[in-house]
Amino acid sequence: VSYWFRNDNRLPQARLAVVSYVIVGMIGVLLIGFWKLQVIDSDKYSQWAERNRVRSIPVIAPRGRMLDRDGRVLVDNYPSFSVLLLRDDPSLVMKNLPAIADGLGVPINDLLDQLDNARELPKFQPIVIKPEATPADVAFIESHHEDIPLLEMLMVHRRRYLPNGFMAHASGYVGEVSEKQIEDSNGKLRPGDFAGKSGLERQYNDILQGTDGMRRVIVNSVGKEVDRLPTQEAIPGKQIQLSIDYDLQQVAETSLGQRPGAVVALDPRNGEVLAMVSRPTPDPNDFAIRISAKEWKDLNDDPLHPLLNRAIQAQLAPGSVFKIITATAMLEDHVPSENFTTFCPGYGVFFGRQYHCYVYYAKTGAKSHGELGLHGAILKSCDVFFYNVGIRLGIDRLAHYAIGFGIGRKTGIDLPSEESGLMPTQEWVERSLHRKWYAGEVISVAIGQGAVTTTPLQLARMIGGIASGGVFKQPHLLKDAQNVGEERFPISEPTIEKITDAMYGVVNEPGGTGGHLKLTGIELSGKSGTAQVIGYNKMALVKKGTQFADNAWFVGYAPKRNPEICVAALVQESGQHGGEAAGPVVRDIVKAYYDKKNKKLGGQQLTADGAQFDPNKVEHAAVGVQPPATPKPQSEATTTPPPARSDQN
Amino acid sequence: MREAPGTRDYDWWLLAILLAICSLGVIEIYSATHGSNLAGMHTKQIRWLVVGFILMFILSRLDYHLILDQAWILYLIGLVALVLVLLVGHTRFGAKRWIPILGEAFQVSELVKLIIIVWLARFFAEVRTDELSLRDLIKAGLLVGLPLALILKQPDLGTAMVLVPLLVVGAFLGGLQWQHAAIFSLAGALLIGSVFYPPVSRHILKPYQRERITSFLHPEEDAKGSGYQLLQSKIAVGSGGFWGKGFGNGSQNQLGYIPVRYSDFIMSAWAEEQGFKGVLLALGLYMALLLRLVQNAQRAKDRAGMFLVMGVAAALGFHVLVNVAMVIGAMPVTGIPLPLMSYGGSATLFVFLAIGLVMNVRIRRFVN
Repeated sequence: VSYWFRNDNRLPQARLAVVSYVIVGMIGVLLIGFWKLQVIDSDKYSQWAERNRVRSIPVIAPRGRMLDRDGRVLVDNYPSFSVLLLRDDPSLVMKNLPAIADGLGVPINDLLDQLDNARELPKFQPIVIKPEATPADVAFIESHHEDIPLLEMLMVHRRRYLPNGFMAHASGYVGEVSEKQIEDSNGKLRPGDFAGKSGLERQYNDILQGTDGMRRVIVNSVGKEVDRLPTQEAIPGKQIQLSIDYDLQQVAETSLGQRPGAVVALDPRNGEVLAMVSRPTPDPNDFAIRISAKEWKDLNDDPLHPLLNRAIQAQLAPGSVFKIITATAMLEDHVPSENFTTFCPGYGVFFGRQYHCYVYYAKTGAKSHGELGLHGAILKSCDVFFYNVGIRLGIDRLAHYAIGFGIGRKTGIDLPSEESGLMPTQEWVERSLHRKWYAGEVISVAIGQGAVTTTPLQLARMIGGIASGGVFKQPHLLKDAQNVGEERFPISEPTIEKITDAMYGVVNEPGGTGGHLKLTGIELSGKSGTAQVIGYNKMALVKKGTQFADNAWFVGYAPKRNPEICVAALVQESGQHGGEAAGPVVRDIVKAYYDKKNKKLGGQQLTADGAQFDPNKVEHAAVGVQPPATPKPQSEATTTPPPARSDQN
Repeated sequence: MREAPGTRDYDWWLLAILLAICSLGVIEIYSATHGSNLAGMHTKQIRWLVVGFILMFILSRLDYHLILDQAWILYLIGLVALVLVLLVGHTRFGAKRWIPILGEAFQVSELVKLIIIVWLARFFAEVRTDELSLRDLIKAGLLVGLPLALILKQPDLGTAMVLVPLLVVGAFLGGLQWQHAAIFSLAGALLIGSVFYPPVSRHILKPYQRERITSFLHPEEDAKGSGYQLLQSKIAVGSGGFWGKGFGNGSQNQLGYIPVRYSDFIMSAWAEEQGFKGVLLALGLYMALLLRLVQNAQRAKDRAGMFLVMGVAAALGFHVLVNVAMVIGAMPVTGIPLPLMSYGGSATLFVFLAIGLVMNVRIRRFVN
């Protein structure tokens, strides 16, 4: 041993002590670091660890079905798979994106767009990248579970509607929720969820929509499932039973065919809607998966407005159907007296201006109705008679009855976005048009032209209510609905008698405008209307053609008093008289109603409650195609033709 | 000079502390690996501990003056080994750090750490002055810098960094003057600053090293990229709370979210399952270990022994600081294991050999 270290025992004790303090300080600082993580911020990191550990995959609750009044399935669901992309790990997502795009056959730019759109959402929330997985997609995901642990299958329930737009406007459709719906839902809805967007789907969304559950699995650091936590089960939505009668709906669909227009059938005794059709119609099955922005735009921009439910949203001149209101007002107020008669030479002159009766334009026969009283005027739908009644009643009296019978007011049906139509009054003209009311304007209104507009539903409710003695039930689509609204408008018995007699005569007496609709053994009654879309004088200026063909109306009911069924049919721009174009639709439905009723009474039980939905059966049934009617573009919203004149029928 | 010191002269307290820390390590290695394909790792670790224990006793019997006598030869052997490893070493995880001895891959830099401790003790003991001259300081710096550069070349930034505190503590106890300390602190601060400053670090650091530093500064930026390890470690530690999730119950640990949970990040697994109370125990033991080392240095018979013990204390203290600070996200990932707790053969043997040097000094404290 060399002696280089000898006699060298002077140790730097002070500096060694300093090192001790440094050691204590160092351990102290580290402990403070642990204290901050483990005690102060522990909750934050615990949540984080939990989120690492637990992957939540939603379990979609099936929506409730819609049944018809006999329990037959109108709207139900079918299972389908969506492909979910788990995004908690962006680098892994980006790495695997080309493989995913390739495997699912989705353009990679599409996926990038979807990821971009979901930027704002929390990372742990997966997004749907392909809504309808094919068997090939399922196979791809299953076989790549190990190397691409980013894809999950999500079982969803797609809505299935009957084909060909059967009852489409009443049922409405579902779609991905809008931002507003998410806001209004108090956290119940999340982006990508489906909810009712229109019709009953929207109206009763809270009932139909269940509560989604959650499947929770424990995953390890490479995303592999290692264990399961108790699943939070989905609570299915409740089914709703509608007052719709599948059989009548079927007849209504077939009878209207592809002609633009609407049909609504009510039971005036309780307000139940038995059938509701609107044409043209989209197929709501198209929206049940995912609709592209372009398809959606096309639907909205379609000049025929297929999304419009004409039964409650078309606001059109009611034409001669309105004469029932004018007649009731005349009889109730005795202005003019009930025995009032007038001679119809084909026109009338008021305030120095000539107003024609539709009969003036008749292609054959007399261009005059001759002398007639109220009964004959309703039967033949004479305009001149009602010009005279209107001018004597004045707008205030007429409006009192019309508004009392629901014109210009929403019926309160359980569907969103119902329109109110319009009953013009002096006050309305002053407020909205900023001008005085001209006494002559009442002439057009009295025959259902001018500013007055109504929806088909309003007319069905009005006629049904008058024939029921002034009891107007709130129309609704939910069977056995509670608290059905009711309005009573007192009408004297003699008035009801005369009015219903006349409407019975329209169908059952010679000369009535609905004579061809007569049904043996059924007291079909009603009133036709042929409303101008444009005044005749204006029509003369435009090229002759069907561009502005008349709207055909028929509102019929049976039996004559206290009816069980009341049907309003509208065929738009048919160019035919109301009785000709719309009348048969009403007749078919009323006949079907009685056929079914008599069959039931005859002891033959109909399809039992809860009958299974049979797509084949429906397919065949709904296919009945009508002679194609060339649809014409027309603005649907409040068509207000000039207060010119006439009406036919 | 008295022959063969007796067993009473050994520092049994130090051994007890050592054993306690090793137990914590073995328990946590078991917990972290028993359910995985790494099961059985704890028994391998126990084997290393036994080998380490034996080597420690053998080394303690050899008079440290004899070892210090050969300091320069050992230094040269260290340099040769480092060059050798660069030429023929095994490459693992992108770095050449291992050479095979007796069928096991040994990390040469662990041995070099030990050699540098010995060499520095000899160097500072020979200087024999209360005021270290700038010339000697620079000499020491250059001679430590050479192996440091070779280790950096592997590349192994972590182990290379350990040489720095050896020099610093040695110089401090060897009579470092305040003005020199100020100058070198400034230089050191500049160097560390430049490492964190991308335009400069681009020329000094390897891409993976730069990435580690970036992810340390912004761990949330890329949750599963390189910031992932630090973030997951913090989540593990934080979610453990005060009482811990219990043995075998740490989800971060058991589901593999903690990176190398049985080795470099074993403190993270321990903190998750045992909570703050467990951390208190572990860090308390490390503090006791380090203070006990300083005490042994204070009672050393001569300066050479003091330097030897303090070199060991500096190395172990630095390991604990850098590893634990990394676990709580206060330092970038450096790949420095936690002494005695982390799984690993070379690292365990290094610690026991180092403690063997301490015992060596301890049992000769009364020898004249």
